[in-house]
Formats: sequence, C-alpha cells, structure tokens
Amino acid sequence: MSTVKVDFRGTLGRFELNARFEVPARGVTAIFGPSGCGKTAVMRCIAGLNRLADGLCSVAGDVWQDEKTFRPVHQRPIGYVFQEANLFPHLSVRRNLMYGHPATTGAAAIGFDEVVSLLGIAKLLERSPRHLSGGERQRVAIGRALLSQPKLLLMDEPLSALDQMTKDEILPYLERLHAALDLPILYISHDIAEVERLADQLVLMRSGTVLASGPLSKLQADLSLPLALSRDAAVSFDAEVVGQDAADGMATLVVPGGQFLLPAEPLPPGTRRRLRVLADDVSLALEAPSRSTIVNVLRARILEIRRQADHRVTALLGLGDDGEGARLLSRVTQRSWNELGLQTGLAVYAQVKGVALVRREDPAA
Amino acid sequence: MNLHVSADIWQPIRLTLELAALTTVILMVVGTPIAWWLARSRAWWKEAVAALVAIPLVLPPTVLGFYLLVALGPSGPGGALASLWGARTLAFTFPGLVIGSVLFSMPFVVQPIRNAFEAMGDRPMEAAATLRASPWRAFWTIAVPLASPGFLTGAILGFAHTVGEFGVVLMIGGNIPGKTKVLSVAIYDYVETSQWAEASVLALGMVVFSFCVILTMMLIEKKMTKSAS
Repeated sequence: MSTVKVDFRGTLGRFELNARFEVPARGVTAIFGPSGCGKTAVMRCIAGLNRLADGLCSVAGDVWQDEKTFRPVHQRPIGYVFQEANLFPHLSVRRNLMYGHPATTGAAAIGFDEVVSLLGIAKLLERSPRHLSGGERQRVAIGRALLSQPKLLLMDEPLSALDQMTKDEILPYLERLHAALDLPILYISHDIAEVERLADQLVLMRSGTVLASGPLSKLQADLSLPLALSRDAAVSFDAEVVGQDAADGMATLVVPGGQFLLPAEPLPPGTRRRLRVLADDVSLALEAPSRSTIVNVLRARILEIRRQADHRVTALLGLGDDGEGARLLSRVTQRSWNELGLQTGLAVYAQVKGVALVRREDPAA
Repeated sequence: MNLHVSADIWQPIRLTLELAALTTVILMVVGTPIAWWLARSRAWWKEAVAALVAIPLVLPPTVLGFYLLVALGPSGPGGALASLWGARTLAFTFPGLVIGSVLFSMPFVVQPIRNAFEAMGDRPMEAAATLRASPWRAFWTIAVPLASPGFLTGAILGFAHTVGEFGVVLMIGGNIPGKTKVLSVAIYDYVETSQWAEASVLALGMVVFSFCVILTMMLIEKKMTKSAS
C-alpha cells in the first residue's frame, strides 16, 4: 500500500523535532497537537520549505528527501494551503487559480470548472484578492493548490485565521473535497472538533515529538495516549445508515457490535455517516434499564481502565456480548465504579446519552 | 545682465541625460541582484556588504572621486581596461563618468528595491514554489511585480541623483565640453565666467526637475500605501 513516510529529527529554529510516522497515502490525515508543538515545522519539512539535514521523506514510494536526495520545493507534486491564504495580490482570482496549473494535463486531472464549482468561487473569478473576505480567500487558496495537480495536499490550519461562522461555511467544502477527490491530504489542526469531522488518520504530536499515529478512532480510544484522558475525550466512527423512522424522525445507524438511534433529517439507507460519542456521555449499568429516556443502551464489555487523578475512571468498552465490536469510551466517578464492583472483563450495558453526527457527507460517495 | 543665452547650454543637458539614463539602466541590472541578495541572504556579513553599498551616502564625493581617479587612471585597473581599445586611461572619459556615477548612485537604487523585496516577505515566493514555479519564474512573475514600486522609486532616485552629482564628476571627469561636462559642472563654470543668464536657466531647470522628482516619489508612495491597505 502506498504511504506517506517521514522521519525528521534535529533542531529547526527553536524546535527540537523528533517526528517519525507512516500513514496511508489516501484520505485525510490530521496532524494534531497543541499550538507550538511543531506541526507546521513537520509540514514545511515535507514540502521542502525547511530542510533538516538528515531527514527522510517519501510519498507513495517516491523519495523526496533522504541522505543523498533533497528535491526542491517546486519539484515536489504538492499543494500547500497556508494559514493565511497567501494569494498573489497583483493577480486576479482567476490568474491566481491558474498560476500553478500545468499547460498540459492528463485525463485524471482536477479540472478548473470542477474546482470552481466544488469551492463555490465562480462569482469571484475576475476580482482582486484584495476584495475578498477571509473565507473566500481561503477557498481560492485551496482551489489554487488543487489546480496545480498535487499528489499530496498539505493544509496548515487553513481555518485557524477565520471566525467560527466562516469556519462553518468552509468545512462543508472540505468535506466535499474529501468525498469528491481521490487525493491524500495532510491536515494540521489543534481543534479536535475539526479533526473528528475531517480526519481518517491521526498523527498525534506533543512538543516536537510524534506520540502516535494511526486510524483516528483507534488513537482516540487508546488509554495510553493523552487524547482518551482529556476533558473532551470521545470516540468517533463511521456507521452505516440502515433505516429511518419517518414518524419520530429517528435514524438507525449500525456499527460493529451495536446500533445507534439518533434524531436526524432523512439519511439515505446504505450510506455512511460519522458519529461521535463523548466519554462523559456514556454511563454504565449492570442491568438493562427498564424505563429510561436514554434511547441508546448497548451491550458491551469493559476492556481496559485508567483511574484518573480527579477521582474518575475512564473505561474502554468493546461493543457486543463478546466485546469485539466498535470501541467506546466511558467516564464515570470512582465512587460509582466501586459501588457497582466494575472491573476489566465484565459485561455491562453502556447507556449513551448523546450521539453527534459529525460528518454529513458520505465519505465513500 | 545679458539676456542672450548661449546655445552651448544644450550640450551639458544632453550629456547629463545620457549619463543619467545609462547609469540608471546599469544600476537596475547590477543593483537588482544585489538588492535581492541583501533582502534574502542570511549570511552574517551581508550588512557589511550593505554598508559598503551605502558608503557614498556619507562619504565626501571628493574622497570617492579621488579613489576613482586612482583606479581609473593609467596605473589602475581602469587603465588596464582602457588599454584593450588602445586608450591610456578611463579618467576624464565618458565611460569613466558612468563607472563613477554607478558607484555613487548605487545606494539610491539598491535601498528602495531591497526594502520592497523585504516588505514582500517570504510567503509569496514560498507559495509560488509550492505551485511548481521555479525560482527564476517566481522571481519574474511574483517578486518583480510585487516590488515594482521599489523599482520605480529606485530608478527615479538613481536617475535624479546622477543628474545632481558634482564632486565625483569634477574629480574624475574634469570639464571637457561634449565629453564630460555635465550640468552641475556647467553651472559652476558659467558662474565662474560670469555667464549669469546661462547659469540661472540651468539652475532654474534643475529646481523644476528636482521638484517634479520629489512630487512623483510622493505620489508613488501615496499610491503604494493606498493599495497596501
């Protein structure tokens, strides 16, 4: 399988970088971590904008950097979307878009009209970048990167300079991008909500070091990583729509080992949606509650636990009688944990108070 | 006061314009790479080079003129160069004047272009590189257009400053009509020989010219700040 493989070690400005990971060269890989942990430094090294003396970088088997190779930036088939759009102020939107567009393109090329309609920028083409809003600028910057026909799209917090309303305006475009184009994306973010919505793979960073990398849901449910123990710990997974009850507006979505009901506008059966369940929203019971407002009660098994300093317990659950299904996190108080006599290996009922639909587009469509 | 103005005054005017135009062209060609290097390089000694380029700003023109006279004379490198076409020296020749003017006006061209390149920042060039533009293409399609106000300022200042130079010209050019006798020297000469009419025509012309240059510069600057916001 083709992968993005990097290994950057050394000092870069004020960073002591130790970033090593290998992720599949498809879908969206989020590089996630707090501000100032070296995410941008890693991405700039991948692009070739910064050079660490003995770094390694190969994309889909193509070596961009090793002991004897350093391919200059303009010879790497990347698209780079910066935090600020960095449009060329002296060129119109159209000429910005066309700046990196090769004179001749193959049949598989990302077309001008396709990008313009995907990003909703048809009305802006003849304008100067000076007269665009922040969100419009960022959409043009994404389009400009796409039209250079990249094999890897690098996005450095493309939404961080925008306000929440503008973010909400752009996120659907990014989801469509993910759904419509078969283009691997590396996406830097310090916002877990953005990551849950967009990412398939996760590279977790702390102070210049890669802590772990792998599928998003796997890392979210890894009790040895800070993510699962954080205040807003959650697990997200892709689920399949199997039914919709028109009378009360509840959709049924299936995951391995269980199913979730949630209020949603009609979803086409057979399509996939991403769900997210917060650890704080999952409580545990030894018997099935008979009369309760909680709709989603799932059979599960306790696989692993972590006792936390704040007198609470975070438990990793596997759905299904055998605990082999999808993973969930549950966070309960130490006191209720002890009173119920809960322990690893026990079969329980997971009562899920809230399920969020974080991705509305079908990633496979 | 004699109101008849000698027709000779056109000669220094033409010569001055030729000198300034040629100097400006050479400075654009030579000064741009220097300005680019000063704006981009991270070499610790680059400010030493910048200081060297800027020295004519503070040096008395006679000092520069003195060294140029030595360098351009028969026993300097200028003399060796001149011997290629059978001449003995570059001093007191038009090419000598051009060399002197280029050195003397260099800071006025390099500094605005360097400032413009620095004001642009790294990002536009980085963005161009990520869009597959070679450094050469990025330079011409992004850096030069974005720095164009700096080029314009540099060209105007370089031209105007060459027109106004006196000390260096006097030291290395002397006063050969039609060859090295430029405006500023001509005015000096007219005054020396009490040709007040010619002197005042040229002097007034210089005042008007300088006024136009400064006004143009200010208008460019105003337009720049407006388009930047």
